[in-house]
Amino acid sequence: MVMHKNKHNETIKAEAKNLNFFYADGTQALKGVTLPIYENKITALIGPSGCGKSTFLRSFNRMHDLYPGNKYEGEIILYPDNTNILSKKVDPIEVRMRISMVFQKPNPFPKSIFENVAYGLRVRGESNKRVLDDKVEEALKGASLWNEVKDRLEDLAFNLSGGQQQRLCIARALATDPEIMLFDEPTSALDPIATMNIEELMSELKKKLSILIVTHNMQQAARISDYTAYMYLGELVEHDDTNKIFTNPSKKETEDYITGKFG
Amino acid sequence: MVKNKKQPAVIKDLESIRAMIRRHKRNDLIFAAVGMFVIASLTITLLVLFLDLILDGYPRFTLDFFTNYPSRKPEIAGILSAWVGSSLVLLVTFFVAVPLGIAAGVYLEEYAKKNWTSDIIEINVSNLAGVPSIIYGLLALGLFVYAFGLGQSILSAGLTLALLMLPIVIVSTREAIRAIPIHIREAAYAVGATKWQVVYDHVIQYSYGGILTGVIIGMARAIGETAPIITIGALTFIAFLPPTPVTVDPPFLNFEWLSSGFTVLPIQMFNWISRPQHAFHINAAATGAIIIILTALMNGAAIKLRYNIRKKIKW
Ligand SMILES: Nc1ncnc2c1ncn2[C@@H]1O[C@H](COP(=O)(O)OP(=O)(O)OP(=O)(O)O)[C@@H](O)[C@H]1O
Ligand SMILES: [Mg+2]
Repeated sequence: MVMHKNKHNETIKAEAKNLNFFYADGTQALKGVTLPIYENKITALIGPSGCGKSTFLRSFNRMHDLYPGNKYEGEIILYPDNTNILSKKVDPIEVRMRISMVFQKPNPFPKSIFENVAYGLRVRGESNKRVLDDKVEEALKGASLWNEVKDRLEDLAFNLSGGQQQRLCIARALATDPEIMLFDEPTSALDPIATMNIEELMSELKKKLSILIVTHNMQQAARISDYTAYMYLGELVEHDDTNKIFTNPSKKETEDYITGKFG
Repeated sequence: MVKNKKQPAVIKDLESIRAMIRRHKRNDLIFAAVGMFVIASLTITLLVLFLDLILDGYPRFTLDFFTNYPSRKPEIAGILSAWVGSSLVLLVTFFVAVPLGIAAGVYLEEYAKKNWTSDIIEINVSNLAGVPSIIYGLLALGLFVYAFGLGQSILSAGLTLALLMLPIVIVSTREAIRAIPIHIREAAYAVGATKWQVVYDHVIQYSYGGILTGVIIGMARAIGETAPIITIGALTFIAFLPPTPVTVDPPFLNFEWLSSGFTVLPIQMFNWISRPQHAFHINAAATGAIIIILTALMNGAAIKLRYNIRKKIKW
């Protein structure tokens, strides 16, 4: 099998190729975006509000398919199997089984902590109590929430704090062993301590999977990501090593945005 | 001195602000007073009517009244056949209207494509809730009693009331489903759930409080319905009970009662009112009070339920 690598010999996990996206009302939110996602790396998407970051992220798990009239053009290829996950022939549910997502606002189900984490496994037909117990524990540990909740797994998830709820949502997304995890501004509703927890968590998680994260927080992108992509008005302006983007961007627009002259 | 000169201006300004606030508050007061008056007159009217019924019917609040069949002698006449009839009719109504109504509500919200067919269904459902109940009676007479040959039976009556209750269940189901925030739905889809899994594991679980409220309110409406039941030809004088639904012998369930003739509480009441003897009017008043109490209990249960569930699921 051909491995897709870059100059640093890093493997490409997924790649958007010339991606256009149209909302039902005709708004073109993405214009010819081409962007690779590297395995075991964190790729951060930055750009001013309304530039299409969420739209791009949500294409990766076909979230737009939930609403009639939305239209994709172009491809997102998932490696190593070379599947175009935007193809009409590929079931969006299959895509969501491989690529999980954490949302901006913590959105636990009004169910117990345990059931929240176990839900992805139940959806996959797992009903063996022992297996569920093990996987839930593993996922909660992976989301560094286990110690805080191990004695109250049957409590309603709503009783957790905002930061705990977000880590619970990470555990839920993690329990199903995804290949890629998508994060849409996962810390924008959290305080600095909870934010730091989640940033540390992501650095831990990337050892096992690939991460694509949207963030409004430039320091956050600089702190945690390996690659950064700057988007503007639905187009990808620049994509490079995070270091390069923040110290020596090749485009003027990127520099203006990063230095706060614009946006 | 400069300070002193400025002060009056400030004070005057403050005065006019206070005057304005007072004016605005007067509007609050007027509105509250009018509202109080309207609500009080409504509640008092209702209460007086209810008290009047209770005082009139008071002599008949005895155990005998519930265990006796109607009779030519008002003192020994009772509502046994009427409350049994009402219960059985409501049983049919419940088992028909609830599953159908929830299924229709879920289908319309979750599955139906938004196009002109769904618009027409939408308008129809809302209209159905406002159709006078006698129209349902006429429809049922033609459809259930004659076309389907179900006769003037408990089944016909139950189905008729189910038609009446259906829009209430559908509307409350849809409203409860719409109250579920979009991000909860997306969370379920994002872990790979199919539409049915989302509906079954989430949508129905989180909306059953609202649905149940609608069901109870619908039942409370059905219990007092008279016109459609008279239209399909409920009997007014019944001195027998339908065969019991549950038997001691296998198969334990018996469905003969469905085709039995019957009467219901409001019809029994209507029948007694139309008699010339005053003693029957006492019976009618007692029956009326019982219907009001039942309705109030059901609506109370609905409110309590909604309150409890609101406390548990907050978005
Ligand atoms: N459901 C929708 N229908 C039509 N247009 C939409 C819809 N959602 C978003 N858009 C438009 O698509 C463009 C991109 O929106 P998107 O949500 O992807 O921006 P974003 O970069 O995530 O912004 P933010 O940083 O504020 O979250 C915007 O112009 C927005 O108005
Ligand atoms: Mg966004």
